[in-house]
Formats: sequence, C-alpha cells, structure tokens
Amino acid sequence: MRRREVGISLYLLMTPLVLWLTLLIILPHVAMFVVSLRERVGVGTYAFGLSNYLTFFQEPLYWNTFLRTAIMSVLATVLTFLIGFPVAWYIAKIARGRLGQALFLACLIPFWVSELVRTYGWMILLRESGVFSSLLQFLGLADGPVELLYNDAAIMVGLVYTSMLFMVVPLVTTLESLDDSLVEAAYDMGASSWAVLREIILPHAKPGIVSGAIVVFMLSLGNYLTPILLGGKSSLWFTGLIYDQFITRFNWEQGSAFGFLLLALSSAIVWAGLRLSGQSLRDTMART
Amino acid sequence: MTPAGALPLRPGHMSERLVSREEVPVSNVSVPDLECREVTRIFGEFRAVDGVSFTVEPGSFFSILGPSGCGKTTLLRMIAGFLEPTSGKIAIKGRDMTGVPPNRRPVSMVFQHLALFPMMDVGRNVGFGLRQQGVPRAEIDRRVADALARVGLPGIERRRIEELSGGQRQRVAIARAMVLEPDLLLLDEPLGALDLKLREHMKVELKKLQEGFGTTFVYITHDQSEAMVMSDKVAVMNNGRFEQVGRPQDLYYRPATAFVAGFVGDANRFVGKVVTTDGKGIVARTDDGLEVRAVAAADALAPGTRVEIFVRPEAVRMARAAAGSDATAAEANHAIGTVQDVLFNGANSRVLVRLEQAGQRGGREMDVAIPQTGEYADLSRGERLSLAWAAEAARAYPARADGPSEEAGA
Repeated sequence: MRRREVGISLYLLMTPLVLWLTLLIILPHVAMFVVSLRERVGVGTYAFGLSNYLTFFQEPLYWNTFLRTAIMSVLATVLTFLIGFPVAWYIAKIARGRLGQALFLACLIPFWVSELVRTYGWMILLRESGVFSSLLQFLGLADGPVELLYNDAAIMVGLVYTSMLFMVVPLVTTLESLDDSLVEAAYDMGASSWAVLREIILPHAKPGIVSGAIVVFMLSLGNYLTPILLGGKSSLWFTGLIYDQFITRFNWEQGSAFGFLLLALSSAIVWAGLRLSGQSLRDTMART
Repeated sequence: MTPAGALPLRPGHMSERLVSREEVPVSNVSVPDLECREVTRIFGEFRAVDGVSFTVEPGSFFSILGPSGCGKTTLLRMIAGFLEPTSGKIAIKGRDMTGVPPNRRPVSMVFQHLALFPMMDVGRNVGFGLRQQGVPRAEIDRRVADALARVGLPGIERRRIEELSGGQRQRVAIARAMVLEPDLLLLDEPLGALDLKLREHMKVELKKLQEGFGTTFVYITHDQSEAMVMSDKVAVMNNGRFEQVGRPQDLYYRPATAFVAGFVGDANRFVGKVVTTDGKGIVARTDDGLEVRAVAAADALAPGTRVEIFVRPEAVRMARAAAGSDATAAEANHAIGTVQDVLFNGANSRVLVRLEQAGQRGGREMDVAIPQTGEYADLSRGERLSLAWAAEAARAYPARADGPSEEAGA
C-alpha cells in the first residue's frame, strides 16, 4: 500500500520532465528525421531516400557555409573567452561584495531587452549613417560615411556580445571557488604571473571554461538573428540556409536534413572539445 | 641568486633614520636571517602592525604568538612580500626587502590551509618552485625525491593530493617549501586544521624537521602550547605590538606585561590597588577585599596605583583546613576556601576553590593545581582547604586601561 503511494508521487513528479522531453525534444526530432529521409518524387508523392543529405555534399555553397559557420562559431567562442575571462576574474577576485554584484548585474542588463532590440542597437552604432561612422568623420579619420555593418567583423561583434554572459557566469563561479592562497603560494614559490595563470588558474577554471565554451559555441552556431541582421545578405550562416529551405523554398525535407547535419556538427565539435580538454560532459555540467 | 643589495631600493620608502644606516653589511657574521625595524602597517584608521622591531637568529625557531586579530598574519604577509609595510624596514639576510615581490624573496611560506595544488600530483607540487627556476628535469626529480625523503614520505610523487592524510599533506607542504632551500620558512598556523592528537604529534615533528633542515622558521600561532613546545624564541603580540620577546621559559616565569602574564599559561588574576610598598614588594587590596602580597614585575609601583596581580595555579600550595594550617602558615599569602569543583585531568588536574574572605560568602574563585602525590585523590566538593602562595609567586603589573574585568580572569 505504502509502496504504491511512493510510486504515484514519483510519477507525478516525473510527469513534467517526461512530457517536456517527449513532446518538445524527442518527438520533433524523430519527426524531423523522418521528414529529412523523404524524397519528393512527384506532387504529393514521396519515397524513402538519402538524396537530401547527398544534395548537401554535392552543392559547394552548402558545405562551404556549413564550414564557415563552424569556424566562425569557434572563433566567436575563443574571442568570448578572451574577453570574458578578465571580466570574470575582476568580478570574482578583485571587485568582491557589492561592486562585484553590481558588475555581475551590468553583464545581465543587456539580456533584459530582446535580442532583436540589442542587435538593432549594434546596427545603429555600426551602420553607414551610424554613431561610429559619424565619429570617424568628425575626427577627420574618414572622408565619407563608413559602412561597418554587413561584414564578418560585425557578425563577430554581435555574436560575442550576445554570448558574453554565458561565458562570464560559469567563469565567475569557478574562479570564486579558487582559493586565493593557491595563487599566493605559487607566487611565493617564484612563479611569474604568467606561470600562475597557466599552471594554477586555468587548470582550476577548466570546467567553467569548457562549460561556458560549450554554451557559447552552441548559441553562436544556432544563432539566426545576429548573423542575418549584422551580416546582411552575404552573412552565409547555416541557420540562414535552413530558414530558406523551410520558409522561402518550402522544402521541408531539405531543411530537416540541414537541421540534422547542424545537430551532428555541434555534437561532434563539443565532443572533440571535451576530449581535447580532458573533461567529461557530466563533470562540466555538474560544475555550472 | 641575486647578490645582496642588487635590487634597487625604492627611494622615499624609508624614514631618514633608517637610510642613514648601512644597508648591506660587509661581513655575514651575526647577520640575522630576519630583521624587522619599526615595521608598521595601517589599514585605513587601523594600525594592524604598530612599530614592531625584532631580529631572528640564523637556524632558530621563532614564533609569533597572539590572539586572533593581533596583527600576526599581517606581519607574516609583510615578511613574505604580499603586503608592503606602511613604514619601517624588513631585511632578510641583511638584504632590504622593500619593493621586492614575493616571487623574488628568498622566503617560502607554508599556508594556513597548506595551499597544495589539487590539480597536480605530489611530485609536481613539490617540484613547482624548481620548475619556475628552470632547473633541469633530472635535477628536479632528484631534489623532489630528496625533499620527500627528508620529511619521511619517500616515493609518493605520483600520489594525488586528495589521497593524502592531514599529516602527510602537512609534510608535503613543508617539503614543497623546503625544496627551494629558502633562507627563511614562514608558517601560518599550519597545524590549525589538524585534530588534537595529530597536532600534538606534528608539533614534535615540526621541531625535528626544523633541526634537521637547519633553516630558520618563523611560525605564527594563537596556540601557546605550539609556540612554547617548538620555539627557541617567542614573541607575544597584542594589538599590533610585541609585548615581549624571549625564550618560552622567560615568558612563562618572567612575563614582562600583564597581557603576557594572562595570555601565556594559566593564571589567577586579581585586580586591586596598591596599599603599601617596600621596594619591589607590595601589599595590595583587591576589589573584592582580599589582601595580597606581591612583587612588582617591572617598575616599582607607588601606593594607590591600580594593579593586576597574577598567580599561577601551580604556585599555590594547598592543605586540608581540618588538618591545621601549619603547611601554609609560613607563606606570605594565605586564604581559606571550599572546593567548588575538581577538574580531574591526570597530571594537569585542578581544583576550583571559592575563597571565604573578610566574612564574605561566595567570594572569588581560585584555580589551584592539585599536587601529584595522591594525597588529594579523594578531594571532593565542599571540602575546606587552606591555600598559600609566596609573595614572589604573585607578580603585579600596572592595570591595563582596557583590561578585562575581575571575573573574566585569565
């Protein structure tokens, strides 16, 4: 009798999780996978086949964009880390207490407005008639209006800006758990600042770095708005191609295949990253 | 290593009086391993370390003993180089350390929580400092093995830090510091985290290690037994100043100030006023009406001066009052009391006696050591005892303005 009660409460507690997993994750993916394996042979008639995946490898534009997206995302992740690490160090170790909290909040504030508004903010700054262009002309550094939008640098700025918080949060958490006396001990034993960073701080922060990097990489790879708005027509972001297939061409079969390829790519790169850094996914997730 | 004085002194960082002194002694005879002169550190309004001067002889074990917040950690961090003194000078082996960062000082430190690197195994921990110096690998391995052997843990290079016991970690931390052959080893209460039994063991162990290495140790602690057992010299620190520097015996038998008398060892404390004086000897009346004959510990005390008088529990002789007071009559001070409590602790057994004085009931309590003759094995609560102590065993000090109240005792 008692045993049954425990069982019921367990099922009740599990229900939201199970519903979420099956309805929102497993079912759509299975459906999409099935769609991606369909070939259109005539109006309303379909056959099973791999031609959607073959198209991807036969058309250079597709896999070039695919590679470009991957490389740019890795680069965005590295840049976010390089900028985010000093910020996180400052918040965790130098500006403790109220100032640290205030700075943390400052990192969070951009996320109170929608991504669209944030990206438009960058467009106002970077466009031909924008703030930076005017400033450069005012200072006499440029003769005419300068277009800073619609190039890879603009995409990169947008991606780094969008992902910064997701790098800073896990880094602050791991750096806060670093005992200051470890740094002092290393310094006391004759280590230079660089050696302290390389031998003590980075190895300690590794789980935070890896988990931050995974999140930032996934966000960049799957980002649609930022590359399209800041990169314009020439952005060539893989999510843009998927969007085109689904919405513009109404070719859901091809779009699904692309979606699955993107999923495979992100999984492969995350796996490679974990292997390279010697971390396990479970450790990394547990630390954040 | 850099020759003495090769690092430039920062101008304007020392008082003129100090600059006029020779910075680099020519001979190394009687150059102390550590010399602090008028070292002061101010945090905002707070003088954490206030004009401390002392020297540490080569090869000695020097402890700085004080309650928490007395400034001992600040002082140690200044010696290690993590903090710069607001004023004053620190010299190691005669070399001025002003402006020299911790990674350039010939000093190693054992941290309170040891600060062993969890991301490295034991061998890499111990070899860390040597790697920073660019010592060849083979030599690092040899010196690491040697250092581990000297602390009694040979062959554990490949073990992880988490696998070690508290005492082993302690010794690895010492090996890690000693492998660099520092002129000075600083220890910041490294035994604090250990349990009592291990702490007792490590006290002896540390002393032996220090003798084995022959390196000068500067040890800070709030635990007087650690300081007394291990040290050649102890400095008692309070409110940022040194109260007394001396051998453990000096501190115990001849405390220079009321603070030292109360802080080092146990003591019964009386607060009162001097009634009459006779050279060094005084008669004082305590606030609860007891008349105590004592000697002035330092300067002569004038009648009317408020004094604190300290009497060690083992300096008080006791006899059963019923057996007559002949055993105690000869002494300068005597009192009758009833046993309030027997605190049995083997050789350190004590009895709390409530004094019956001047017709007062429920007067003050005195802490008295029980003689280890077996005579008092059956002592029980409520028995009457007569107590006596010599005037020389009662040391009187001018009362501190901020001293604890009568009841707080020592």
